[in-house]
Amino acid sequence: MIKIDNLIKRVGDKVILKGVSLNITKGETVGILGPNGAGKSTLLKVIATLLKPTSGEVTIDGLDLKKDPIKIKSKLGYLPHASLLYDHFTPYENLKFFSKVYYLDNVEERIHKLIDDVGLRLFTHEPVKSFSRGMVQRIAIARSIIHDPEILLLDEPHTGLDQQAIGILNNVVAKLQERDVTTLIVTHDFLQAAKVCDRIVIVRNGRIADDFLLEGQDINLLQKRYQSVVEGDSNAI
Amino acid sequence: MLFKGAMALAWKDLYTEWKTKQTISTMLIFAGLVVIVFSFAFDPMNTTVKAIIPGLIWVIIVFAGLLGLNRSFTSEGKNDTIHALIVAPLDPSSIYLGKFISNLVMILIVEIISIPFLFILFDFKFHANLLYFILTIFIGTFGFVSAGTFLAALSSNSRSSEMLLPIILFPISTPILIGAVQATKIQLISPDKFASAISWMQLITAYDLIIFVACFILYEYVQEV
Amino acid sequence: MKKYQDIELDYAKGVQPVSTIHKLLTYTTAILFIVLVYMAFIYSPVEKTMGPVQKIFYAHVPSAWIAGVAFLGVFILSIAFLITRKRIYDLYAGISAEIGVVFTTIVLTTGPIWGRSSWNSWWSWEPRLTTTLILWFIYLAYVMIRHMDSPWDKRARLAAVFGIIGFLDVPIVFFAIRWWNTKMHPIVFGEGKDQSGGGLEPEMLATLFVGLGAFTLLYIVLLQKGVMIEKAKIAVQAYKEKLQDKLVR
Repeated sequence: MIKIDNLIKRVGDKVILKGVSLNITKGETVGILGPNGAGKSTLLKVIATLLKPTSGEVTIDGLDLKKDPIKIKSKLGYLPHASLLYDHFTPYENLKFFSKVYYLDNVEERIHKLIDDVGLRLFTHEPVKSFSRGMVQRIAIARSIIHDPEILLLDEPHTGLDQQAIGILNNVVAKLQERDVTTLIVTHDFLQAAKVCDRIVIVRNGRIADDFLLEGQDINLLQKRYQSVVEGDSNAI
Repeated sequence: MLFKGAMALAWKDLYTEWKTKQTISTMLIFAGLVVIVFSFAFDPMNTTVKAIIPGLIWVIIVFAGLLGLNRSFTSEGKNDTIHALIVAPLDPSSIYLGKFISNLVMILIVEIISIPFLFILFDFKFHANLLYFILTIFIGTFGFVSAGTFLAALSSNSRSSEMLLPIILFPISTPILIGAVQATKIQLISPDKFASAISWMQLITAYDLIIFVACFILYEYVQEV
Repeated sequence: MKKYQDIELDYAKGVQPVSTIHKLLTYTTAILFIVLVYMAFIYSPVEKTMGPVQKIFYAHVPSAWIAGVAFLGVFILSIAFLITRKRIYDLYAGISAEIGVVFTTIVLTTGPIWGRSSWNSWWSWEPRLTTTLILWFIYLAYVMIRHMDSPWDKRARLAAVFGIIGFLDVPIVFFAIRWWNTKMHPIVFGEGKDQSGGGLEPEMLATLFVGLGAFTLLYIVLLQKGVMIEKAKIAVQAYKEKLQDKLVR
C-alpha cells in the first residue's frame, strides 16, 4: 500500500530523514515510535504530502507521489495534533466545507452520521471555537475520515485527550481496521500504541531502528524492544 | 474541478467573513479614516482639491486592500488549516484562485461603499460614464488583488508578514497604481481625453493578464511546505 | 511537477582555495579601472555644453548596465533554481541581486548629480530614472525576502518566485512610467528625449566601452567573490554544527 524507498528529507541544512525504506501492506495498523526529533512526524508529513521528499521514492497504492499527488491526496486522511478546523464554523459547516474540498457529493447524511458517531449531535450547530480540546479533536477525527480514506495518518492523536475521546478515537481506528484501512500512528503513548497497533516501527536519528510485529497487545515486548533500541540515547523520553 | 475547489474555498472565506464581519468592517473603518485624514490635509472646500480625488480613490483601495490581503493567508495559520487545504486533493492553483476570488469580492464591497462616501464628503459631482468608471475600478482592483493575493501567500511564510507585504507588494503594483490613477483621473476630471483613458485601461489589462497568469502558475512553488 | 533533486553543496571540501581564473580576473579588473580613470579624465575631451560633469556618464551608464545584467541574472538563476533545486543557483541569484542593488544605488546617486547640472533639478520623474527607482525597491524587497527567518530552502524558493515576478514586472513598470511621463499621451514605440545617446565623440565612445568592459568584469569578480564568501559561511556553519554535536555528547 505504502512503499518508501530510501527517503531522504532535508530542511535547510539539517538532514531529518537519512534514508528511510519502509513497506506497509494494506490493512496494517502501524505505530511509529521514537524519541523527540527522531523524524517521526516528518516521515508522516512526507507521506501526507505536506513535505516534499528531498530524494527517494514514495509510492502509495501504486501511484508515484511526484506524479500523481492529487490522486494520492484523495486516498489519505490526515489527523495531526492541530485540529485543522475553522474556529468560526460549526461542526456541520466544517465538515460540509471539507466534503466540498474533497469533491464529495450527497454528503448530508454522512456528515450527520459522522457527527453522531463522535457523539456531538447536540452541538452540530455550535461554533467550534466554544468547544473543549476533546470535543474539537472528535470533530477533527470526523474531518479526517470524511472522504472514507484508504490510508489514515495520525500524528500524536492521543495527546491532550480525555479518556472518552481516546475511546472514540480507538473505536474509529478499530472500525477502520475492519474495513482494511491502512493506519499509521505516530505516538509517544506506549499503552495506546500497544492497544491499537499490530506492527511497530521505531525511528531513531532519521533512520528506522526497529520494525516488528506486535501481537496480543504486548506492551512489555514493546517497551523492551524500544529500550534496547533507544538505550544510551540522551534524547529518549 | 479547478473551479469547483476554488469556489468552495472562496465561499468558505466569504462565509467566515459574513459570520465575523471582522475584516470588512476593519477595512471600511480604515477607508473612512483615510477619507477624513485627507479632508483635513486637503481642504475639501477648495475646488482645486477635486484634482486629487482620483488619487484618493486608489489610496483607499490600496491601503484598505492591504489590510484584507494580510489576513487572507495568516488566518489559515490558526489551527494549521492551511495544512488541511494542502493535504486535500485541491490543485494548488485552485487555492490561489479561491483566495483571489474572496479577496476580490471583499475589496469590491469596500469600494462600493467607500467611493460614493468619498464623493459625498468631497462634494464631487460625478459626470463620467459610469460603466467605464466601474470597469476601470474593476480591472485596477483585479490586478492589485492578483499580485496581492500571491504576495500575501509569499509573505505569510515570514514571521513579520504584515510588515513584509506592503514592501514587496507596492513596487510590484506600481504599473497598476500609475495606470489606474491616470485612467480614473482622465475620466473624472478631463473626459474630453477619453481615448487616452482607454490606452491606460489597455495597459492595466495587459498587466492583469501577465501578473495573473504568472502568479497562477508560480503559486505551486509558494505553497510547498 | 518538478523533480525532487538532491540539493547538494560541497561542504565536505570545506573552504576552497581561490582559483587562478578568479585571481586573474581580479587583476585585470583593477588594471581596467585604472585605464578607465585615465581615459575618462585625461584621454576623453570635456563635453562642450555640460562641462566636466559629463564625466559621471562613464560611471553612470556602466552601472545601469550592470544593474540590468544583475537583475536579468537573478531572473535566469531563479528559474534554474526552481527547476533543479540546486543551492548553488540560489547563492548566485542572491549575490547577483545584492550587486544589482549596489549598482542601482550608484545609478540613483550619479543620476541626480548629473541631472542637477543638465536639467537644473536634482530629480526628474524621467522614465528611465523612475523605473530604476522602482527596480531598486523591487530588489530591496527581494533582498528582504532572502533575509527571512526560515530554513534556506524555503527562503530560496520564495525568493526565486519573487525574482521571477519582479523581473516580469519591470518592463510593464517602464511602459507605465513612460506613458505617465509623456503627460498622458501614450507612445508605444519611438524615442522620447534622450540624454545619453547621439553625437558622441569617438574618444568618448571608446571610454564608454572600456567602462562597460571594466564594470562587467567587476560584476563577475564580485559575483565569484560573493559566492565564495557564502560557501565559506555555509562550510563554517556546517563545521560549527558538527562540533556542537560532538561537544554535547
